[in-house]
Amino acid sequence: MRPIPNIMLEIKDLHASINGKEILKGLSLTVHPGEIHAIMGPNGAGKSTLSSVLTGNPAFEVTHGKVSFYGKDLLELPPEDRACEGIFLSFQYPVEIPGVSMVNFMRTAINEHRKYNNLPPLSATDFLRVMREKKELVEMDNKLTNRSVNEGFSGGEKKRNEIFQMAMLEPRLSILDETDSGLDIDALRIVANGVNKLKSPENASIVITHYQRLLDYIIPDFVHVLYDGRIVKSGTKELALELEKKGYDWIKQEVDKK
Amino acid sequence: MEEQYINLYQQYQEQIKGHAASVMNESRDASFGLFEELGFPTSKLENYKYTDLTEPLSIEYGLNLNRLKIPVNPYEVFKCDVPGIHSYLYFVLNDGFYPVHDHHNDELPKGVIIGSLKDVAESHPELVKAYYGKMSLGKKDGLIAFNGAFAQDGFFMYVPEDVILDRPVQLVNIMRSDVDFMANSHNLIILEKGAKAQLLVCDHTMDDVRFVTNRVTEVFVDENASYEHYKLENTHIKTTNLSTLLIDQKTSSNVLANVITLHNGVTRNTIEIDVDGEHCETLLCGMVIGDKKQQVDNFTSIIHNKPNSHSTELFKYVLDDRSKGGFTGKLYVARDSQKTQAYQTNKNILMNKTAKMRTKPQLEIYADDVKCSHGATIGQLDESAMFYMRQRGIPEKEAKLLLMFAFTADVTENIRIDALKDRIKMLVEKRLRGELSKCEGCVICQ
Repeated sequence: MRPIPNIMLEIKDLHASINGKEILKGLSLTVHPGEIHAIMGPNGAGKSTLSSVLTGNPAFEVTHGKVSFYGKDLLELPPEDRACEGIFLSFQYPVEIPGVSMVNFMRTAINEHRKYNNLPPLSATDFLRVMREKKELVEMDNKLTNRSVNEGFSGGEKKRNEIFQMAMLEPRLSILDETDSGLDIDALRIVANGVNKLKSPENASIVITHYQRLLDYIIPDFVHVLYDGRIVKSGTKELALELEKKGYDWIKQEVDKK
Repeated sequence: MEEQYINLYQQYQEQIKGHAASVMNESRDASFGLFEELGFPTSKLENYKYTDLTEPLSIEYGLNLNRLKIPVNPYEVFKCDVPGIHSYLYFVLNDGFYPVHDHHNDELPKGVIIGSLKDVAESHPELVKAYYGKMSLGKKDGLIAFNGAFAQDGFFMYVPEDVILDRPVQLVNIMRSDVDFMANSHNLIILEKGAKAQLLVCDHTMDDVRFVTNRVTEVFVDENASYEHYKLENTHIKTTNLSTLLIDQKTSSNVLANVITLHNGVTRNTIEIDVDGEHCETLLCGMVIGDKKQQVDNFTSIIHNKPNSHSTELFKYVLDDRSKGGFTGKLYVARDSQKTQAYQTNKNILMNKTAKMRTKPQLEIYADDVKCSHGATIGQLDESAMFYMRQRGIPEKEAKLLLMFAFTADVTENIRIDALKDRIKMLVEKRLRGELSKCEGCVICQ
């Protein structure tokens, strides 16, 4: 029997809105270290809102509920502190930042993490060594890290760059928001490989996806269905297969009946 | 406002002329007459819409018409060198060229003359006469006319045919005075056919008084010659810098002008580049970082008088607090200047609601086979980029800084002296961090 692990993330009755429109309507979820949770659901269910709210995107307003991360009140922290606490979001649409080099960006990010944890900045040689190792892990082209952040990257390169940054920052909780969208099968395999290699008993992942495809590569421990701002059904990886076969309509009907 | 200067001129014109070269005096009365007619420019004039000189010119300033010696040796106190840049270093102290200390400068390439305009006008009158005032005289601009009436000296540089200046020339304008002070100077730069030179002009202030500088620079770039002009303005908030840069380009010449305002009170740059030959390359860039109550106006014109030349213009502003920016990009393509390519960009970021920017592209194109474009934007920092960076653990303040630094990067990339590029990037970063970006080790600025 597995020992009962302590709780990493606890979301209780979360309500959130954007521009006055309520999107999350009482969402609850608990994540323990070592777990992979998949969140699936139809368009507009609130999947991306969940990732935005967890990471502190100022465009969203939390109107009710609690989120704690290792006992800390997450909603009190600014986005950068949440990041330094170990929460990483792989963006659905990674942002291009012309004029900011990948190297400078990554070095600043890593050293801010270290500062937050009372560690001295990484030396230039150590930084470059780590960077080389992680680049290999996600099979990332050298020339990409010499460019500005995401500038001129293809869709697949952008997603790979997200996983590269994840590898560099070694988060405790990674949220992958539609990481599979826009990826061809090879890119999908590389991205999923990266995620699997980074998996450990100490960290956890929330994988947000519309399709079951990604879950062939990243095997979830739990699958949740998000619909109309709440988790309406939870199960194991078999639930994902069922959704793939039957679509979301039967869940919608089930919920709407109640 | 003009009254006191008109009286001053009438009363002291003998002294003014007595301390200047005769070549410069020939046109002095005419310039004075023009100033009497025009007066100082006001924001009612179309070309000065974004410059308000009412306040700075309402103050009474001292002028040094009798060329009294100023008790400071810039070669001893000025250590503001750019590390790694080995330059020929010269000073204009207030309004006069400071005598060269030979041991500070290596020997110039053969035939090159650098020195005081007044002295060279006496030792080589024909050379100076052939160029002095050719672009500035008669221009319907009150500041240029005022300069023509009052300037007695300035910086002079002559690079003969096919001579390449192996190192950048650095001209440091230093303002030193115990009372509020006004300086007028006229710089003259001549590059003959095939000559090559880089000039870095820095503006500095030494004392905590009000300063007005009114400088006119004429640059003649002959066929196949190549000239780079960098201007770095890094003075205090009580300074008003009025500067006119006039450049004439002949066939197949190459000009880069890059004007950077890091810190100042009121800045007015009038820049006019006359492309008077075919197959010329012109790159005009500038950058402004403004805060507090700074006021910066860049008024630029590029005039294509001949076919087949290319010009690119790029200006970027980052404005905070109650600072005000102005940009005018005049582009004139004459009727026969076919195959001209001219591109203009002005992008601006306002950090808050009280900063103001006004921008005006002004294109007059009379040729029909040309490629011209212009674009101007005023905006805020990209919110999605801000959040992306913060999600990676970079604090809001640092993320802003990185974005602003990135925004100005394409202007600093257009510095073709590596050591200077690194130095300016560092100064820009310090400036954006809100640290006073005086040059380190510079005694004068401390």
